[in-house]
Amino acid sequence: MTPGQRLSVTVNGTERGLAGTDPATNALDWLRGQGLTGAKEGCAEGECGACAVLVARPDGGSGTEWTAVNACLLPAASLDGQEVVTAEGLGTPQHLHPVQHEMAVRGGSQCGYCTPGFVCSMAAEYYRADRQDDAARVGSDADAHESGPNGFRLGALSGNLCRCTGYRPIRDAAFVLDSPAADDALASRRSSAPPPPVGTRLSGATGTYARAADLDEALELLAAHPGAAVVAGSTDWGVDVNLRGTRAPFVIGIDRLPELRRLEVDDEAVEIGAALTLTEVERELAGRIPLLDQVFPQFASRLIRNGATLGGNLGTGSPIGDLPPALLALEAVMVLASPDGDRQVPLADYWTGYRQSVRRPDELIRAVRIPLPLSPTTAFHKVAKRRYDDISSVAVAVALDVVDGSVRRARIGLGGVAATPVRALATEAALEGRAWTAATVQAAAEVMRGEGTPLDDHRASAAYRIAVLGTSLLRLHGDEQSADGVGA
Amino acid sequence: MTSLSRRAADSVVGQPIPHESAALHVTGDALYTDDLSVRTLGVLHAHPVQAPHAHARVTRLDPDPALTVPGVVRVLTAADVPGVNDAGVKHDEPLFPSEVMFFGHAVCWVLADTLEAARLGALAVEVDYEPLPSVVTVREAIEAGSFQGGQPRLERGQVDEAFVAAEHVFSGELDLAGQEHFYLETHCSLAHVDEGGQVFVQSSTQHPTETQQIVAHVLGLASHAVTVQCLRMGGGFGGKEMQPHGYAAVAALGAVLTGRPVRLRLTRTQDLTMTGKRHGFHAQWRAAFDADGRIQALDATLTSDGGWSLDLSEPVLARALCHVDNAYWIPHLRADGRIARTHKTSQTAFRGFGGPQGMLVIEDVLGRCAPLLGIDPVELRRRNFYAEGEATPYGQVVRHPERAVACWEQVLTTGELTERSAAIAAYNASHEHTKRALAVTPVKFGISFNFTAFNQAGALVHVYKDGSVLITHGGTEMGQGLHTKMLQVAATSLAVPLSLVRLAPTRTDKVPNTSATAASSGADLNGAAVKDACEQILERLRAVAAARLGVPAEDVRFEDGCARAASGAASGAAEVAWADLVSEAYYQRVQLWAAGFYRTEGLHWDSTRMQGSPFKYFSYGAAAAEVEVDGFTGAYRLRRVDIVHDVGDSLSPLVDLGQIEGGFVQGAGWLTLEDLRWDESSGPTRGRLATASASTYKLPSFSEMPEVFNVALLERATEDGVVYGSKAVGEPPLMLAMSVREALRQAAAAFGPDGTQVDLASPATPEAVFWAVQQARGAGQPPHTVAVVRGGRQGVGVAPERADPDGHPLRPHSEQVAAGRGD
Repeated sequence: MTPGQRLSVTVNGTERGLAGTDPATNALDWLRGQGLTGAKEGCAEGECGACAVLVARPDGGSGTEWTAVNACLLPAASLDGQEVVTAEGLGTPQHLHPVQHEMAVRGGSQCGYCTPGFVCSMAAEYYRADRQDDAARVGSDADAHESGPNGFRLGALSGNLCRCTGYRPIRDAAFVLDSPAADDALASRRSSAPPPPVGTRLSGATGTYARAADLDEALELLAAHPGAAVVAGSTDWGVDVNLRGTRAPFVIGIDRLPELRRLEVDDEAVEIGAALTLTEVERELAGRIPLLDQVFPQFASRLIRNGATLGGNLGTGSPIGDLPPALLALEAVMVLASPDGDRQVPLADYWTGYRQSVRRPDELIRAVRIPLPLSPTTAFHKVAKRRYDDISSVAVAVALDVVDGSVRRARIGLGGVAATPVRALATEAALEGRAWTAATVQAAAEVMRGEGTPLDDHRASAAYRIAVLGTSLLRLHGDEQSADGVGA
Repeated sequence: MTSLSRRAADSVVGQPIPHESAALHVTGDALYTDDLSVRTLGVLHAHPVQAPHAHARVTRLDPDPALTVPGVVRVLTAADVPGVNDAGVKHDEPLFPSEVMFFGHAVCWVLADTLEAARLGALAVEVDYEPLPSVVTVREAIEAGSFQGGQPRLERGQVDEAFVAAEHVFSGELDLAGQEHFYLETHCSLAHVDEGGQVFVQSSTQHPTETQQIVAHVLGLASHAVTVQCLRMGGGFGGKEMQPHGYAAVAALGAVLTGRPVRLRLTRTQDLTMTGKRHGFHAQWRAAFDADGRIQALDATLTSDGGWSLDLSEPVLARALCHVDNAYWIPHLRADGRIARTHKTSQTAFRGFGGPQGMLVIEDVLGRCAPLLGIDPVELRRRNFYAEGEATPYGQVVRHPERAVACWEQVLTTGELTERSAAIAAYNASHEHTKRALAVTPVKFGISFNFTAFNQAGALVHVYKDGSVLITHGGTEMGQGLHTKMLQVAATSLAVPLSLVRLAPTRTDKVPNTSATAASSGADLNGAAVKDACEQILERLRAVAAARLGVPAEDVRFEDGCARAASGAASGAAEVAWADLVSEAYYQRVQLWAAGFYRTEGLHWDSTRMQGSPFKYFSYGAAAAEVEVDGFTGAYRLRRVDIVHDVGDSLSPLVDLGQIEGGFVQGAGWLTLEDLRWDESSGPTRGRLATASASTYKLPSFSEMPEVFNVALLERATEDGVVYGSKAVGEPPLMLAMSVREALRQAAAAFGPDGTQVDLASPATPEAVFWAVQQARGAGQPPHTVAVVRGGRQGVGVAPERADPDGHPLRPHSEQVAAGRGD
């Protein structure tokens, strides 16, 4: 950035300065400190959505998408140069926004504390450009609960918790929303480009936040500040800051690096940029990798997927992330960038221990390559207490090539059963070269019960984890055998 | 009908209007306590020092290192307390303890210019602890004889004789889990000192008067020197009935000592680790049935997990014992209650207040015994309903038992029970890996505080010279729509448009000596008080109007914002508009405001004998829930829920509908999903809450909402003697969710042969359901059972078993005590 350039965010159409803000201050606290107290803190870890606000983000083309994010997780500094809309900016008590109106008249609020966040998540879906296209597709009974006749997908609200209403009136409000009016300013805003990323440098008592302009600068910063926190969507880092009191002397924001935000497909592989958000990856893949399409709706919530990136999910190295098992089954390869250039490491070789990997301190995850062709038979089984936005007790991803009734190739990734995500190698061996029959599956299922070393914890007992490892292949086989998919 | 319950047609009460603050909620304009902090200059932030032991003695506490942290202003310790160092009303809750009683107990508080400085200051405080032996689970407490408070017994009939005479006797055990309130707004107080030493505390509290009382006794002040205000809460659910007081007192103490406003807002993890929750219970029972499945006797011992101090554990236990009958006539009953003292947070009020725990025992009995009796659970439950003239075990005649029947029959009809049962049977016959089931359960819930003195309320109604009306009452708004209902009551009572009435925030200097907004009683009590105040004003206006209309006072009618002559034959004006009437009354020096008061008549309760008529009336309801269970994982979906619930003549149907739906989903969360886990090991973090954040403690999200959700209010349900014929609604619907648990039990059983009986742990998480499915399949328990993994609290208990596998399972007069599982 140009020295002396004003650090600022446009909030509800008004520019507000960021100067004097500590780099560890999150966007929620900053907004509230500005007197915009509509957004609330309910959990400070991106679970409840009471802090949701809208940010103008790229729509994948040349326009803007109003994207709902958890303000509690984002460093305020990361919003430098950006446009934000809060519940206060959508409407006033005298002139309610259509989303606010429907929520109000249908009993969508009781205590009201979660409501501004719900309104923002709902507004993002209200403004989703292809919502109307979805409306035409809706109609089957199976969809009736998850999608409204107006194309509204309930999953848009999966990251918002309400303790009062039981959700029914909120669903009803969502499902009656019409299209934005012709003179709706936020709708019009979508057709022009979002604010470009700006280089940001903000220092305060706890340290410095720096947003690099490109990959080279990011690598230089990383070299100059070994041990710097590398932050993209901040959906994990924000939790560390808020709940664990972690403070980094130097934070490098990489969420807008152009080199990390490409998705490229050739005959060999699909290469997914590490700083694309999961929402963007899902949109740009457009169904090209069916296994990942099974993962996305079960991965945290829409609010989290709007921030979380592929690189971040792999970089944190959590043994219970939902993507690693799928990427292991897809035999993904990590592309690590350093001043020396790129190197590729198979994901199966990437982790060395609990949150430990072969990534050198001077390296960034640039992309993930998924080799083609894909195995045609895939499944992703996530076992958790809650269907929306929960952490897996066990996650199983399977990719099979079944040719002429026999298993030519089997790749199985597991989460939640060891200190790192792992491949179920013994189970793969028990399947490969054998007929895809109930007997084979039964035998392989027994082998799978022995994969990993599951623990007892507050999410599940080891016995349960072992048991559902054992039933996963049976379920896949059952699904494959029954045309109506019963039992899924 | 009493005048209190009578209402005119087309009244403002009964209209389905949105929440009075809805437009403020959706725009973010509604202010909560912490929103006031950023609007207050010079605020100090408070942060606790939390002890890392379940039980320990504080041997040294040195705050000085904290004072070297930039921004830290003061550390509050026991030595600073000018009054009583206690946060409760039973004097068993030291505000600044010298003995740590649970993991995370706050031993002192740091005040600083920023929250960050306060946090760093708290890390700097040096505390030495001498760890002491701890009791963490209820089972440990039972074994150790660690109890607190009274041990009441509720008894009727000849229990022992009834067991001898009965056709069938079963026994069992049940561990049922607690529940975190998880109000979206955590505890928060903002205190400052006004001129003249007057302490003003804004607090997220359901009981401002008690908050005032505790703040006063901690500060050594009289109550008139402390004012507590609550604008609104971001949810309460009982969690802010007793628990806010200590935090308000810390903030107030800090404000008094520093002269600066002090904000104390708990983070989610602090709230989870420091504040009380719904009591978990252990229950042991024996139940006797006759040949037709009629309950003859119940002998039960309920042990609640009270945590480290009494708090509200005694009244919670009393309500549990008073609801162990639910909607069922149990001629011979003995229910013993006791409160375990454990080194955990002090468990407290939570929507239902022991009622859910008591009712879960009898529903568990019926759900487990139905297959053993060979009677369909729907039929078994219905057969045992109270009939007219029968009394509860504590001696209160059950008024309107026909309403329970009406709810039940309506839900069977509108829920298409017959057709759907057939469809479910067909589905189950053709699906090996998924099973469905439909269960119906009733609710009968007593309304009024068991503690008779709390059944009073006050209100203040001002009519200003321009005719506008401002009301204040003793109740607090936590999302339940109480203020909305009070506005409707005032507009109805005064016969003016709703737009003329405004409501001022709840403050202890407006209406004193209020009761907690709790026990579902807010609208009953405060509504009657508001109505009383309005009627006093109308009586005075009546004389003014009579003169203007030229009719006798008794012929004046107030309607449509006017005073009119009843006969229509006024000799004066045809009508007088409200604003004109009020203006004229002012010039005639007529008092235009009034304080209203209400006390519930006819209540009496002997807590020693556990006998009396503690409740004004009973609320009824019935729910039918259909689930689908996946046999591979135990995961399930709630496919459809039908509810018929009795709210009397609803004061505010949209509000009541929201209470029913929300209560049901919250209850389903308690019974299926929400899973409090404490470290029960002997390791260094013994007693620590393992699920101390939103990422580990999961409450229902959109994915848990019933896919089809039909709620109907029981019609023609006027409740005589209650404000405008209405009934309380806050708590009873929570217990409708027992239908979900019973449906899960039945679906799990459907994986086995007909007549399979299964145990189901509570909460019925997918894992618990999975083990129930395994049990039904005859796979037995895994080497690692749920009970072992989860320790005492979650154990599935002892099951009644089929005594004779040859098809004569129910030998007359044979007591079928189940074998232990042998864990």
